[in-house]
Amino acid sequence: MEKFTVLNGLVAPLDRANVDTDAIIPKQFLKSIKRTGYGENCFDAWRYLDVGEPGMDNAKRPLNPDFALNQPRYRGAEILLARKNFGCGSSREHAPWALRQYGFKCVIAPSYGDIFYNNSFKNGLLPVVLTESQVDQLFYDCALPGFRLVVDLDRQTVATPEGATSYRFEVDPSRRHSLLNGLDEIGLTLRHADRIREFEARRKAQLPWLFR
Amino acid sequence: MGRTLYDKLWDSHVVHVEDDGTALLYIDRHLVHEVTSPQAYEGLKLAGRKPWRADSIVATADHNTPTTGWERGLAGIEDPIARLQVETLTSNISEHGAKAYFPFLDRRQGIVHVIGPEQGATLPGMTVVCGDSHTSTHGAFGCLAHGIGTSEVEHVLATQCLVQRKMKNLRITVEGALGRGVSAKDVALAVIGRIGTAGGTGCAVEFAGSAVRSLTMEGRMTLCNMAIEAGARAGMVGVDDTTIQYLKGRPFSPAGSEWDQAVATWRMFQSDADAKFDAEVRLDAREIAPQVTWGTSPEMVVSVATAVPDPDREKDPVRREGMERALAYMGLKPKTPIQEIRIDKVFIGSCTNSRIEDLRAAAAVVKGRRIASSVKLAMVVPGSGLVKAQAEKEGLDKVFRDSGFEWREPGCSMCLAMNADRLEPGERCASTSNRNFEGRQGAGGRTHLVSPAMAAAAAIAGHFVDVRDVR
Ligand code: SF4
Repeated sequence: MEKFTVLNGLVAPLDRANVDTDAIIPKQFLKSIKRTGYGENCFDAWRYLDVGEPGMDNAKRPLNPDFALNQPRYRGAEILLARKNFGCGSSREHAPWALRQYGFKCVIAPSYGDIFYNNSFKNGLLPVVLTESQVDQLFYDCALPGFRLVVDLDRQTVATPEGATSYRFEVDPSRRHSLLNGLDEIGLTLRHADRIREFEARRKAQLPWLFR
Repeated sequence: MGRTLYDKLWDSHVVHVEDDGTALLYIDRHLVHEVTSPQAYEGLKLAGRKPWRADSIVATADHNTPTTGWERGLAGIEDPIARLQVETLTSNISEHGAKAYFPFLDRRQGIVHVIGPEQGATLPGMTVVCGDSHTSTHGAFGCLAHGIGTSEVEHVLATQCLVQRKMKNLRITVEGALGRGVSAKDVALAVIGRIGTAGGTGCAVEFAGSAVRSLTMEGRMTLCNMAIEAGARAGMVGVDDTTIQYLKGRPFSPAGSEWDQAVATWRMFQSDADAKFDAEVRLDAREIAPQVTWGTSPEMVVSVATAVPDPDREKDPVRREGMERALAYMGLKPKTPIQEIRIDKVFIGSCTNSRIEDLRAAAAVVKGRRIASSVKLAMVVPGSGLVKAQAEKEGLDKVFRDSGFEWREPGCSMCLAMNADRLEPGERCASTSNRNFEGRQGAGGRTHLVSPAMAAAAAIAGHFVDVRDVR
């Protein structure tokens, strides 16, 4: 798994609530059997004026000038500022893949779809939860060109580079640990292989029909 | 102290708990489909790992498969990228094994959430996962069932476990008798309208109350299916006689002396009378009318007897802007009566509403009538080959065809429009599926979520009508 420690990044705002994973990466791009190649189609329906299909040369497609992320000032942004219930809907892990491959390493929002939240940690994309009013404040601050934030996972803080504003965020200790160290979760679980086997043997003796 | 159904399911699957409370949860059933599994199998292979328990896997191809042209075999999947994905599933299953695989063209193939229960592969007391958010459907059987991402698919393949944190317990109680023409879908939409699409976030939802008890298994599946649209990864209903009756004699249900033993253990999978929930929501079944969504989120829903809401009356600016954006996308004006909204297409299908009971409800409305001439396409996509066969046995295919509906092969179809079935930009659809997100049924397409009976009535009228008025 990819590591995340401290990020000092440009912030891009996406000012709408309930951004679903269909919007983050539309279904036509889910036909791929690969893990890569999704960044160009992240937010495809909002980002381009034409209808995107796999295999198109995205560099030649007309960009939607009204879509915030298309503004030159947000080029290279690594932090996405979003509204509540970000990543709701489908379980597609292609959504964090697409965001990550677009260049985002962190999302800041008041809440997330549960599955998306989970998937993000596994892909080096840190989903930070702040309160609605803190997020409101950041949307306001973000109007300033070149607005950056420093996200420190170890200290669990989001702060302006000079430190004038600093918010603390909560994150599960185990998720934090895995992400800070880029640990392989499957490897971690397999340390308990004996326990899994024991559990399984007991279950099979009690509920044999589950193993038919 | 009493335990909730979720507590019991959780407790009976914990393999190990870490100091910070995260647990390793054992997974009994792993459902696999073509879209979210290839990268997981690839990861498994790259790490030199093998599936821990291949006989926990039930697989099918459903998302990408066409609903016409089956006589052409695999060549019927015209899109080469989609075909490769379907073939990749076949090769992964043949390499790694499974309890059962219902490939494209098999007569038992279908939407993963329809075939699991239909085969008896979903049983009370199980943990059921799938790389698909609507796995919540299976909770109707007193299971802990939820969607997972592809990394977790790989994790379950490799370890038969998931790393989980316990969710909160939310009970949604619906008391009273549902009115004529009001279905489980309307209950689901009414619940989402009440608590919002994030209302269940972080929760396992138990549906309870006399209205839920009176639902068939099909209805309970519809309800649990939509739990994810309320933000809850898992929805569930406690086990009762209805559950047990449904399971009897299914291909993978226990049989003989094991059946009695199983039934005895299944009965415990309901909440204790004194169980404590973290949150409770109550709805009166008599107040639930047929529902129609008007926007681009399932929480944007109203009764068919009312009108499109007016953003000017919304005080929260983020919500107001969301409403305005949704209305613009949907091509609707505030205060338009729902029954004046004209539709171009009708889709009856999806893991929410493609079971035999759904098809019966829709057929009862269209029987002896013709779809409106303004409706460009009305289609019925059964949830599985077996649902299709059953419907044909009952003559429902003929009822639909005589009314002008197309009768298709099973699959996800226009629920997410990954195959050839889709809306064109600007087209408006009455759909029995579960998501009305922008572009969900095709770029620029406009989706209104409704029950099968409401979709059928709209097909006949050419616009939404209150199915309670249809005789
Ligand atoms: S029918 Fe729709 S919601 Fe259900 S599994 Fe298929 S694509 Fe997903």
